[in-house]
Amino acid sequence: MKVTTFPQLLRRPVVLDDTDRALIALVQKGLPLCHEPYAKLAMSLGITEAEVMQRLQSMMQAGVIKRMGVVVRHHELGYRANAMLVFDVPDDRVSQLGRCIGRFEFVTLCYRRPRRLPDWPYNLFCMIHGKDRATVLSRIDMLKDKCQLHDLPCDVLFSNRQFKQRGAIYMQQQVIT
Amino acid sequence: MKQFTRYFNETEKRLLNNYQRDFPLCSRPYAELATELGISEDEVIDHLQRLQENKTISRVGPVFRVNTVGASSLAAMAVPEDELEEVAKLVSSYAAVNHNYEREHTFNLWFVLTSPSEEELLATLDDIESRTGLHVLYLPMQEDYHIDLGFDLQWA
Repeated sequence: MKVTTFPQLLRRPVVLDDTDRALIALVQKGLPLCHEPYAKLAMSLGITEAEVMQRLQSMMQAGVIKRMGVVVRHHELGYRANAMLVFDVPDDRVSQLGRCIGRFEFVTLCYRRPRRLPDWPYNLFCMIHGKDRATVLSRIDMLKDKCQLHDLPCDVLFSNRQFKQRGAIYMQQQVIT
Repeated sequence: MKQFTRYFNETEKRLLNNYQRDFPLCSRPYAELATELGISEDEVIDHLQRLQENKTISRVGPVFRVNTVGASSLAAMAVPEDELEEVAKLVSSYAAVNHNYEREHTFNLWFVLTSPSEEELLATLDDIESRTGLHVLYLPMQEDYHIDLGFDLQWA
């Protein structure tokens, strides 16, 4: 099992201009599958291929883009068990425990979110995928051991039916008239 | 629920597992993958097209960090079991909703929505509340602790 030890990227204030936004609107559904995908994007935007690459590079450096590459669909690849694991963590320990959990490669998301009392007491959320429930449960146990989470109030919510799934659409594409 | 298993050849397995990050920023990125995989550029493009068509991959491209572009949030509802399908259908009908799924919990309906601004996002949640008469938990991300390096598929 791999555990990443890279330091978390520091978040810097990000300024996106209109061209960045137009570029995002074009690439949010994926790069074109053709010989020169960046040149194709550049042509639609009326900028150079080099500028497209440079803007994507800047967005990566600024942390706007987390990664670029093949985006797989877990469920379709046989990773059918998916649990949202939630903890109620004292506020002054959330960041430390979040960073511990976020490093495990089978954890696909790890976020702090607000509690909504009295209905919802949990403030640390993570997502764990596996081929079956037993695998997911054993990974949860291991996480609890490694990050010393056993004493915290916790809940596990397995996913069931999927009613809708598609990539996020951040920007409406500009209508060019 | 689909229960079949897909079989992938060695090239597809490598394509799926090895190129989830650090996708080349150069004029002919697929040609670069082709050299590494020992196949042609056109074959790489064909493979990716097929994997996209059969929904094994959603796309090849950037994964944006939540809330650096537009606004997005997780939201949850506790829906009476006999109304779940109907409420789920209503929630799915909103263009802002990307994912919408059932979880085994009193809060049994969970969805992710994305909007150009937080105001628009909150207006959508208000609309869902007024149309269903049910309370919606608004759970926006406050801090991200995950380093997204893609997902190790661990081919068995």
